[in-house]
Amino acid sequence: MDRLRDRIIPVITILLVIVAAWYAFAVYMNAPFQRDLDRRAGLTPGTVEFVGKTLSQPKPTMPAPHQVAQNFFENTFLRKVTSARSLVYHSWVTLSSTLLGFTFGTALGILIAVGIVHVIALDRSLMPWIIASQTIPILAVAPMIIVVLAAIGITGLIPKALISTYLSFFPVAVGMVKGLRSPDLMHLDLMHTYNASASQTFWKLRVPASVPFLFASMKVAVAASLVGAIVGELPTGAVAGIGAKLLAGSYYSQTIDMWAALVAGSVVAAMLVVLVGIVGKVVERSMGGRPA
Amino acid sequence: MMNSKPSWQAGLALVLCAVAMATVPILTAEATAPMSSGMTSLVVGLIALPAVASFAMFSGLASAAVLFVGAHGAAWLLISGIAGNEGTARMPYFLLLAAAWLLAWRCVAVLSAIRPVSTQVRTLLRLLIPAIFGAWILIIWEAVTRGAGVPFILLPPPSAIAARIGNSLPILLADVRQTIFKAVLFGYIVGCASGFAVAILADRVPFLRKGLLPIGNMVSALPIIGVAPIMVIWFGFEWQSKAAVVIIMTFFPMLVNTVAGLAASGHMERDLMRTYASNYWQTLFKLRLPAAAPFIFNALKINSTLALIGAIVAEFFGTPIVGMGFRISTEIGRMNVDMVWAEIAVAALAGSVFYGVVALIERATTFWHPSVRGGRA
Repeated sequence: MDRLRDRIIPVITILLVIVAAWYAFAVYMNAPFQRDLDRRAGLTPGTVEFVGKTLSQPKPTMPAPHQVAQNFFENTFLRKVTSARSLVYHSWVTLSSTLLGFTFGTALGILIAVGIVHVIALDRSLMPWIIASQTIPILAVAPMIIVVLAAIGITGLIPKALISTYLSFFPVAVGMVKGLRSPDLMHLDLMHTYNASASQTFWKLRVPASVPFLFASMKVAVAASLVGAIVGELPTGAVAGIGAKLLAGSYYSQTIDMWAALVAGSVVAAMLVVLVGIVGKVVERSMGGRPA
Repeated sequence: MMNSKPSWQAGLALVLCAVAMATVPILTAEATAPMSSGMTSLVVGLIALPAVASFAMFSGLASAAVLFVGAHGAAWLLISGIAGNEGTARMPYFLLLAAAWLLAWRCVAVLSAIRPVSTQVRTLLRLLIPAIFGAWILIIWEAVTRGAGVPFILLPPPSAIAARIGNSLPILLADVRQTIFKAVLFGYIVGCASGFAVAILADRVPFLRKGLLPIGNMVSALPIIGVAPIMVIWFGFEWQSKAAVVIIMTFFPMLVNTVAGLAASGHMERDLMRTYASNYWQTLFKLRLPAAAPFIFNALKINSTLALIGAIVAEFFGTPIVGMGFRISTEIGRMNVDMVWAEIAVAALAGSVFYGVVALIERATTFWHPSVRGGRA
């Protein structure tokens, strides 16, 4: 009951307020165009009829929630998944490069973190650059990577995955360094009294201690690599993917399509983050962690 | 000193030198200005002598200095030798480059092992070591792109990018003014301020906090950048649409972090404020906001990068004919890769400066906080 009162009711209330505000905003944003249309047609609709019309324009400035929901539903569940208009198809294209990039990025991040923790020269020379690189708007490089790789004949999945790799390895590297260093002096001393070698300390103490950090940073990384994949689809006028869908929508003012693509992207992001969270919980439990 | 014992880096550098000597010349026969044999031996000497010297029982600092001079001298000779002979390098060139890099690595390793007593020297080392690393990324980039004749479109050498930055300063400045001083700054200030205001409101009304926080946490994982084309449709091509994207992107991190920060002050302190009979606002300004400062600054730092990304990506969807994102997307279409790299370098610099300014303000205003006082070590 506490959960209902403390979490669900407030969240649902806020969501309802947002939807209501969205409707109001949609009416407000679409009204000038509708008024213009009516004036040309010589119509003088009543208030209710007018509001109804603003919420059902084919290319509204601001689509109403039900229009987006309808478009999303049609393009997700009613079309064949191989159809170029199916959002499942576009999501899959984006998802595949996200996952590829995320896998590479995580592996690279872990590798760098292990290096930083064990080689002091790397720690001193590389770590400042990793932190500094987070201040750089790395996404600006995205179009260049795509176009340049296309110029030498590499197209498709790999360039997008590269951007995702780039975006996702920073959080993993930083989180893993923190995690591998998280065992405190007491534990390290204990390993010392057991006469444990460096590799034993690593596998039996540092790695288990770093797992919660790894999954926390993987959640950030998976969201970042999805953003990378979407932005990677923008500049080249890619034919498929959520980013391409957004771009096509903005060319032809298909606002409802754009919003539906945005919703699809958000659903994919939420699913990925939740999935990483679940895997993290399962792994922690199988390693003997107890829920706090 | 244990710093000067034989090291595998210096040993391998010597082996590479020997192999390079056996496979000279450095450049192919087509080279217009071939490297003289004196030059070659100078490079080899610059690598071999410090490598041998680092085996001797020097102090750490002396051997680092010798290695530093040797590695960078050799690299400089190699790069200046390749000028005019782009794309004609043979294997010894890359072997010598690798040997010089190994020396630099050894130099960094020696420097990292030094434990200086005085704080100034420690600060200097903390800056010098990453600087050497960064310099070597540039050196290898320059030497490999020019030595191997990597096509300009694929990866221009850093010197060409620097020349491009020097030649097109007015354009770059105009882009920075459009993107950063108009869109980013306005959006950043409005986005952070409104996130902060809503966080205070949510703190005052617990119901709002319980509802907003899960939503805010979820939104921060979503690809918000996707609203960029929608904002361009709403607000037009000018900087206002970019500022709108920046506002949306910076709002939620600020909200979530501030709410978390406001919960950071301990019960004891809050009870103390109660015994003083202070009201909500007094507690807020004198206890809870100062305690939340590290969280708020964390959000400001995250947002400084997000704001730049938002503005640049939003410009991919349409702008007037100025702006960093516009320049990147049009110049890449014309295959002016050096201009794109120049723009990226400027963006990186702007991002770092932005972040640095926020970090400096943090140091100046939260100097009393344990996380700042204790230093990073």
